[in-house]
Amino acid sequence: MSQTQTHAALAGAFIKDEERVDWHDGALWFIREKRDKASRQIPEWEQLREAASQIKSNVISNLHEYLLQFEANLKKNGVIVHWADSAEEHNEIVYSILKAKEINQMVKSKSMLTEECGLNEYLEERGIEVINSDLGEYIQQIDNEPPSHIVLPCIHKRKEEIGELFHEHLGTEKGLSDPTLLTRVARKHLRNVFLTRRGALTGVNFAVAETGEYVVCTNEGNADMGAHLSEVQIASMGLEKLIPQKKHLSIFLRLLARSATGQPITIYSSHYKKPRKGQEMHLILVDAGRTRQMGRIDFRDSLKCIKCGACMNTCPVYRKSGGLSYHNTISGPIGAILAPNLDMKKHADLPYASTLCGSCSNVCPVKINIHDQLYKWRQVIVKEGYAANTKAMGMKAMAWTFSSPGKLTTAGKTGRWFLHNAPFVINNRFNPWHKQRDMPEAPKESFGEWYIKNENEKNK
Amino acid sequence: MNTREKILEAVLKNQPASTPLPDIDLFKGDNTELVQKYIDVFKTIGGNAVSADDITAVKMFINQNFDITKRIVTTVNELSDNFEIISDTIDPHTYADVELAIIKAHFSVAENGAVWLTDEVMGQRIIPYICQHLAVIINAGTIVPTLHEAYQKIGLGEYSFGGFIGGPSKTADIEQALVLGAHGPLSMTVFIIK
Repeated sequence: MSQTQTHAALAGAFIKDEERVDWHDGALWFIREKRDKASRQIPEWEQLREAASQIKSNVISNLHEYLLQFEANLKKNGVIVHWADSAEEHNEIVYSILKAKEINQMVKSKSMLTEECGLNEYLEERGIEVINSDLGEYIQQIDNEPPSHIVLPCIHKRKEEIGELFHEHLGTEKGLSDPTLLTRVARKHLRNVFLTRRGALTGVNFAVAETGEYVVCTNEGNADMGAHLSEVQIASMGLEKLIPQKKHLSIFLRLLARSATGQPITIYSSHYKKPRKGQEMHLILVDAGRTRQMGRIDFRDSLKCIKCGACMNTCPVYRKSGGLSYHNTISGPIGAILAPNLDMKKHADLPYASTLCGSCSNVCPVKINIHDQLYKWRQVIVKEGYAANTKAMGMKAMAWTFSSPGKLTTAGKTGRWFLHNAPFVINNRFNPWHKQRDMPEAPKESFGEWYIKNENEKNK
Repeated sequence: MNTREKILEAVLKNQPASTPLPDIDLFKGDNTELVQKYIDVFKTIGGNAVSADDITAVKMFINQNFDITKRIVTTVNELSDNFEIISDTIDPHTYADVELAIIKAHFSVAENGAVWLTDEVMGQRIIPYICQHLAVIINAGTIVPTLHEAYQKIGLGEYSFGGFIGGPSKTADIEQALVLGAHGPLSMTVFIIK
């Protein structure tokens, strides 16, 4: 996947396989429907969303104090605390922890942060092998692809393709594509990984300032298999994962799995507080752009995200274009408001990968105004001069047309004349709006023309 | 200035004016028919809920439904005549071949089917994750309606490690097809003692 290609170009490649796009669209919509069903079983659902949003506002506005409290409690619990300003510094810290223990193989459970940091590549260059243990992430890893969805990493792949990968990497029989049989093969293979790795790294879903513990949620049990068998346990977390008090977990754990997959709770919600006897426990607090996002008034609420993926499952653009088209670790609507903070030039196309329909904001369990932020990013991107030339030119042409009623009337007339008399001028490959769709039939007259005619007839 | 100071300074500089925490003590679940609700929810998440009169009934069920020729471990003292008691001092890797683990939970949650366990009742942290099958004993009277009551019960907690477990380990990563038994237990049985 070339990083220089835009979302539109990558999505263009994805939608060539119509059967796959339809399947992808349907699979994600099915999950969205499960989320709806689960949320409707909780009469106080909307109050929970509001409470979650308010707790996160409180976190963002008191983060300094909570970080100090969390750090002090971690230390009290016997956890070694590290601070990382950047992805590079985070990776260096992980490397130095492993190096000190002469560990050259590590097992990792799902962590979007370490994906964002490029940790696996960094460690591999230094002779440390990393295996992703979440099944979906493992499949993506052996295929040399990043995850396409934060909760369902290989949702864009068909089972036959996964069977082919297992045949190549795990020696299964050719043509095997039954999900249960494939999962059993991975279970056996990864069990051996868990039993032989001295180092384990997990992400963090929630970290409690009040007690210095952190919670990791999985359905597979992979985080616990890795952590409880390791000599050295490392947790990497973005600063924004903090919550003030233990009891606040009730709000977030009620919302998270229901929003993500429609489950009442993830199978495992593990509360890590102190190391096991003889074990070393490290926690890395990572900034990597988060304090910068805090300073952007219009965008700071994006830090409330609890990574449930609901905005992706509901997004018509995500469902039809696939997560990899977003060329960023976090894809979909939330990825499109987080990514420009990290690299505005590289991700200038992402806030445009939306119809601004607002469905993302409506399903967000912490009530982030995602579609408003997408719209606001577009304005920032144009102002900073990062908008694509075609977009800037198009906008200028539109502004010129809309600037006077005369120009608009003429443009409308011209367009309608061409659609009626010479549709090939508009329905051709040079018009991006013609891709995968026909232009609508044009009415004979504009509303303005109809209105004048109608008024004249009435006055007769 | 080291990284820690640098980050804390940036946080202080960029954090907005403080907003208050909401009052969440108003959230409460419905206290009626908790046992039935728990059983219904636990079944939908792929678990097996069994009502039992006492520990003898649990023993009988295990003898009839599990392969007792394989390794079965427990932290429940009343079961020590029949099954191996988990040691908290030996290497956790030595439990890799456990077929069934039987442990007691502090309580369970009706709205999501989860049981609350701490390292104290697990014997070793790895036990409920590494076994092929997990059996958990709860008292019917300890079931709470929602996570709000659950965290009231847990309080700040004296444990080193604790976890909710709500069903057998699962994945739907391959084409959204649900498969029970990803990395953890293939099945989970909860005995509800009246």
